[in-house]
Amino acid sequence: MAKPIFNKDICKGCGLCVTVCPKGIVALATDEINIKGYHPAGVTDEDKCIGCAFCATMCPDCVITVEK
Amino acid sequence: MIVFEKPKALTDAVLHYCPGCTHGIIHRLVAEAIDDLGIQGRTIGVASVGCSVMAYNYFDVDMVQAAHGRAPAVATGVKRSDPNNIVFTYQGDGDLAAIGTAETVHSAARGENITVIFVNNAIYGMTGGQMAPTTLPGQVTQTSPYGRDVKTVGYPVKICEMLSQLDGAAYLERVAVNNVKNIKNAKKAIKKAFQNQVEGKGFSLIEVVSTCPTNWGLPPVKALEWLEENMIPYYPLGVYKDKYAEEVK
Repeated sequence: MAKPIFNKDICKGCGLCVTVCPKGIVALATDEINIKGYHPAGVTDEDKCIGCAFCATMCPDCVITVEK
Repeated sequence: MIVFEKPKALTDAVLHYCPGCTHGIIHRLVAEAIDDLGIQGRTIGVASVGCSVMAYNYFDVDMVQAAHGRAPAVATGVKRSDPNNIVFTYQGDGDLAAIGTAETVHSAARGENITVIFVNNAIYGMTGGQMAPTTLPGQVTQTSPYGRDVKTVGYPVKICEMLSQLDGAAYLERVAVNNVKNIKNAKKAIKKAFQNQVEGKGFSLIEVVSTCPTNWGLPPVKALEWLEENMIPYYPLGVYKDKYAEEVK
């Protein structure tokens, strides 16, 4: 099973990863603020992840590691 | 099994770039190319002046920070002093296409065996969004509040087209980082530019059409759309010169 791991403390909440997820499961947190003061990205339904790593490819800050 | 992780040629330092700035993507692509070719131990980078001035904090290779626009001249010296080194420069458009035009043109004309990564975001980023030589006609910046007027300040400089006329340049390609497909193509181009140097083929320059969400005054996602709608039509993507491919024909 694919598993995306978000290093939330270095996320700047730019939202580029959100736009490229083919399953639409990447979203910015609405109820969480990270150490830098941004709403970090994360996945809403990890079971749906197919491990394409599009989010990680698009991320400017190397926030995301994808395991399969 | 790890499908995707941060490349080893990047340090753990957190990038200082603004949210959504594509410098981060391009840094990663360069680091991935270094990893793929296994050249981290003998690579020397030359950073420019501009937002990427602190690239030496992010690449886990030896780095030099050159005076504004002089990165190709410094890279020439580093490369010639020990040709076994793999030398790349990482420059923005204010650095490479404005104050450093002479160094860029002449290092290409001399056919220096270096790799140049040229990040074109059509604006001066670090200094606060002034008009650059690459600013599009009609584009609003801090110093062109009514849009770039080509009657008074002229037209943008198209580096790849210009350098393609020089016999010394070996490989010139323009890529973009606005979507996953273009990022994959950019990765291939950057890797090829490094591979060319490893094989001693000469001067390679990759122009990466990039965004500056902060100074364009757009949210990061909208900036990517603006890039696709405005910059790519003016700066068409593609290979502008591949000397080696011509020789093969």
